[in-house]
This record gives sequence, structure tokens and C-alpha cells, in this order.
Amino acid sequence: MSRRNLLRGAAIGAGAVTLPALLSACGDGPGNGGKTVAMGSNASDPVPKKAFGAAFKAYEKQSKDDRSVAVNTIDHNSFQENINRYLQSTPDDVFMWFAGYRMQFFAKKGLLHDISDVWADFKGFSGALKDQSTGEDGKQYFVPYYYYPWAVFHRKSVFKKYGYEPPKTFDAYVALAKQMQKDKLVPFAFGNKDGWPAMGTFDYLNMRINGYEFHKNLMAGEEAWNGKQVKEVFDTWRRLMPYSQKGANGRTWQEAATSLQKRETGMVVFGLPHPGQQFPKDEQDDLDFFPFPVINPEHGQDAVEAPIDGFLMAKRGKNLKTDKGREAARDLLKFLGTAKAEETYLQYDPNNIAVHQDADTSGYSPLQKKAVELVSGAKQISQFLDRDTRPDFSSTVMIPAITKFIGDPDDVDGLVNDIERQKKTIFASD
Amino acid sequence: MSLTTPRRTRRRGLRRFTARDLVVLGVLLGIPILIEVFIIWGPTLASVALSFTSWDGIGDIKWVGTDNYKNLFTEYPQFWPAVRHNLMWLAFLGLVATPFGLLLAVIIDRGVRFSRFYQSTLYMPVVLSLAIVGFIAQLVFSRDQGALNAILANKDDPVDWLGDPDLNIWMVLLAAAWRHTGYVMILYLAGLKAVDQSLKEAAAIDGASARQTFFRVVFPTLRPVNIIVMVITVIEGLRAFDIVYAVNKGRNGLELLSVLVTDNIIGEASRIGFGSAIAVVLLVVSLGFVVTYLVQELRGEKNR
Repeated sequence: MSRRNLLRGAAIGAGAVTLPALLSACGDGPGNGGKTVAMGSNASDPVPKKAFGAAFKAYEKQSKDDRSVAVNTIDHNSFQENINRYLQSTPDDVFMWFAGYRMQFFAKKGLLHDISDVWADFKGFSGALKDQSTGEDGKQYFVPYYYYPWAVFHRKSVFKKYGYEPPKTFDAYVALAKQMQKDKLVPFAFGNKDGWPAMGTFDYLNMRINGYEFHKNLMAGEEAWNGKQVKEVFDTWRRLMPYSQKGANGRTWQEAATSLQKRETGMVVFGLPHPGQQFPKDEQDDLDFFPFPVINPEHGQDAVEAPIDGFLMAKRGKNLKTDKGREAARDLLKFLGTAKAEETYLQYDPNNIAVHQDADTSGYSPLQKKAVELVSGAKQISQFLDRDTRPDFSSTVMIPAITKFIGDPDDVDGLVNDIERQKKTIFASD
Repeated sequence: MSLTTPRRTRRRGLRRFTARDLVVLGVLLGIPILIEVFIIWGPTLASVALSFTSWDGIGDIKWVGTDNYKNLFTEYPQFWPAVRHNLMWLAFLGLVATPFGLLLAVIIDRGVRFSRFYQSTLYMPVVLSLAIVGFIAQLVFSRDQGALNAILANKDDPVDWLGDPDLNIWMVLLAAAWRHTGYVMILYLAGLKAVDQSLKEAAAIDGASARQTFFRVVFPTLRPVNIIVMVITVIEGLRAFDIVYAVNKGRNGLELLSVLVTDNIIGEASRIGFGSAIAVVLLVVSLGFVVTYLVQELRGEKNR
């Protein structure tokens, strides 16, 4: 454990009243002449850690100024929980984070560096990606790196054995679930113990019923949660409950994915990396998906839920006080915004897909290729519920609310009124 | 004691304080006082102050009066369940686990066969942290893969011990009590060993039954131990956190005040003002117990 980690731990422990101020007062002295860029990494799992390591090494190798990347890896969840204090003390120059509202939130608080000039040179990013990298002030703050679309996953062999067809419409989806039940399969694998996995289902139902614009406004606190639209989402979800694995609140997503792998369940709404991690290597090819079915023809299958991970520059970065330091960090971001950088990463982590249009996809698995098609055909790309709204709202209101709905799907009115009341106080707080 | 002695001691005492002694005293007293002020009372008072603001940990601190408390009592669905669970925790530990620990201590103290074996087995969970107890509880109670459902062999309709909000609090209380019982047992065992054997013999000669001996003679002599056990039980009840956090982050029927504080303050949420308000509620509840205890103690001292 480094000294800074220890201090950060102490700051949290002491209630973090005065320590952030003290920490930032410590400072880090003069910059190091732009030779090293400090990188705050939340890639604590072995696969992504190794993959990012390879990408940074590629940067060091091509850097003409002999620049290097000093990676500071922090456990994924701790990183997330401490992001506020991290960005306010003396953070690393560049750090890993998420696109969308989750990034805009910190941009608005003045904790991120505007990198519009870096963006001006970027090629190969779609308009949807630029939107997700742009703050509310119209400036860019984020370099997208990879994403992982959500869809309905299943096993090819199971679908073949029973002669199932991927459903296009919601009625066909329910009919398929009914058929699976007759065939002694639990239609939907379902695990929500961590609180967030069921949000993907909520998002898809919401976007299929009400469209992406509504999703965005709802997440931004501009729509009423106790209105007709959201109630319809929960009512539709309730239709799926009899076909879902019971006891979802006591089951982790890993256990749900394992039940799919064991052919006990037929389908599951997940992101690309989730089922993949629970399938042994020789069964990977049996994994397939179809896009979440159409509910309202007006919105079709326009929106795809595909959270984007990437890089940002921290306003208070320890080496960013000098021009040279800032230049070095920008140089790294420029490199990370190239197809080559993404390719290097994905060689080691096949559970995501590149965001760059020119990235070489020839090494992709069939599943990855299908994911690329899904995302590139999307009219809108949404982030996950917790990334599209305020963090305090998603973690203190939405996680308990969805958990409650799964335990007791019948009291929708009480539930949405609860959410709306809390939303009003939270969104009014600044 | 003669009247002159204290005066003489005092005079000698005063003379003994050299400059160096004063420095040493100042440091030895000063450091704890500083710690007390900066690590305990400072943050406590700061929390109370912050509970009247809407601070999110980043921007300016804005005063909102009692809004946080109003929201907490009327609009935060997790609050009242958390209060209820904290009280259940106290009641369960105090009325079930603690008496059970006392019972075990008495039985073992009687010297049943294999008492060393029971003693060590029952004490074993105490050396585990509650977080570990939480993980063990999951191995036992997990719906799909838990040992309990495997033993019950109800594969078609397994009971969701930890996922069902009506059930899981009891399962977690059982796991917490498993640990607490051993703790209490050891304390009482130590106390019982210290009870003067001649008291028991005297009671036996007077014709008291085993039960009478225990309740009329032995138990009253355990007063100091009782107080320690009571304090420990209250502390365990109020600080309960790790086990529910290990099971499901304290959601879905396992809400506790300590978890709500963490959810709001530590997490990405950073609703520091609101979280502080919850912490203040917990503080007030704890102060209730602390004050009661202190009043009892001070009164006891006077009577002694």
C-alpha cells in the first residue's frame, strides 16, 4: 500500500471533513519535466490489468520523447467509491472512468481538464461517441476506449435442440419464455444481489417502450418517475417475472450466468463480458445473443445499451501544473484515441469491443463481430442506468427501488411515488 | 489515617513536579486530549454541523436547515426499516444470545464431560471477524448452492434464506448470535471461576437448590461481569455492519443505520449532509445508552 493510498484511507475513515483540503495542500512539488504521466487505473482484475499494461507499453515504445506511464492501480470498487475524494486531492494526471452523465457530473464540478483540442485531431469516432464524451458545456472531457453492448444472451445449442427462434417482438419474447417453461427450462436467468445487474433490463424496457430521449431526460431528473411511462415499464417487467429465476436478490450475476452455462436457464439480459467470463473456453463458441426485442414500433430497436470506458484528465493531476506535464498527458491521450492503441488492448481482453472505426476487427470472435454490428447499427447509444444519472441517485435510490420491485413486483404505485419523492430532493440539492 | 499525612504527601507531591515532569505530564496528557478533540469530538461535532447542510463533498457548503432530517423521516424508505433492524439486533442479542451464552457458561462451569471441547468449539467463531462470519453464512444459506438447502433437499422449491426480506434478517441474526454467544460465554466463564466456592457451599448447607443457589447467590456476585456483557451487547448491536455488508451490502431487508451512513457518505454518492443526518440519529441512540450507563455507574460508585 502506498502512502497516498494510506492517506486516502485515513481521509475516509475520519469522515473526510478536513483531510481532502489538507491533502491537496501537501502538493507534490514541481513537475517532472513531462517525462512521466501518472495514470490512475481501476483495472484491478488480471485480464484488463495486463491488457492496459500492454497498451501503455506500446505508448512508451512509440514516444519520441522517451515518456513513460506510471500506473497506479486501485481496486475497481474502491476506486469508484472514492472517486470524489480522489479527484479533489492530488490525483494521477490521467485516470480511467466512464462516459456520459457520470463524466459530465465531474466536469460540471470543475474537476476535469477540457480536452477539446485533443478531440479536434481525433478521427474515427462516431457522433454518438462524441456526444458521450462531451460535457454539458459543449466541451470534450473524455477519450473513449472500448465498450460492451448489452443484449439477450443464450446458448446456440439449446436454441437448436428445441428449435427456438430469436424473438423480434415482445409478444414473441413472452411466447418463447412460455415454451421454455414447458420444456422444463427456467426462461430468464436473473441475479441482482449486487444491486446493479437488473438495471440493464430496466433500461431496455424503458428505451423500447418510451425511447432513448425519454430515457435520457428521465435519468437527468427532468421526467416524473410516477408518470404513466415509468409505470408502464414496471408493469411490462412484471409480465416477465413469472418466467424469471426466483430469488434474484439473493443471487449474484456470476451465479445467474453459470445457470445459463449449465443449461438450466434459457436466456439472460447481460453485457458482453458477463456471460463470457462464466463460460469455459471450449464452450465460448456456443454463446450467442439477440438484441432486446421491439415493444413500441415507434422506437424499434434503435437504442443499444453499451457502456463506454475511457480516459480523462484530472484538473488537479499531480504533474499537470507545468506546461510540459500537461503536454505529456495530452500526448498520451492522443495515442489512446487511436485504433492501434485499442487493438493492442483488445488482443489481451476479448470481452469488449473497440470504439474506433478503423480498429482491426479481423481477430474478433464471431460474438465480438456481432456486437460490433449491433453497436454500429444503433441510432442511439445509452450508458448503463447508473452511468446516465447522478451517482447519488442511482446508488441510494434506484438500487434499493429495483431490489424492492423484484422482491414485491405488485406495488408499482407505491414504488414509483417513493422514487419520485426522493428524486425531487436529490436533484434539487444543488 | 491521621490528618497530617495527606498534607505532607501533597507538599512532597508538589515539590516533586520538576520542569521536566511537567513537560512529560503535558505531553502524556496533551496527546490523548488532542486525539480526543481532533479524532473523536471534532468529527462528531462536524458531522452534527454537516447534517444541516447539503454538502456533496465537492462544492460549497450550503445550509439547508432541518431538510435532511425531514427527508430522512418522511421520504427515505430505508430509514425506518433500518431503525427497526437495529432495535431487533439489540433485542435479539440481549434477550436471546446473551442469556444463551450465560446458560452455556453455567453448564460448562459445572464441568460436564468434554467441557474443554465445547468451550473451544463455542469460542471459535469469536476469533473470526464478522465479515468472515458473513461469508460463512452465505455458504450455509445461499439459495442455490448453500449447505442448508442441500440438507433440506428441497431442490424444486428452495427457501431463499438470504434473498427473502422477511427471512434474511433472522438468518443473519442467527449468524451474529453464533459469534456473540461464544463471546458472552467466555466472559461469564471467567466470572464464574472467580465466584468464591465457599458461597456456594454455604448455600448448599442452607439447603438451597441448584437453581436457587445460582439466582440468589452466584448471579448477584456476577454484577461486574453483567455490566461488561451488557455494554458489549449494546455495542455489538449498534455497530452491526460487517455481516450484512458481506451478505448483500445491507439491502433488501438487511438495512441498518450504519449501512445507510456508509451508502450515503462513503460511496460514490457523497451525500455527506444527508449521511451525516443519519449518523447523528445513530449518535443520539448511542448517547442514550452511554448516558444511561454512566448514570448507573456513577450512582453505583456513590453507593459503594
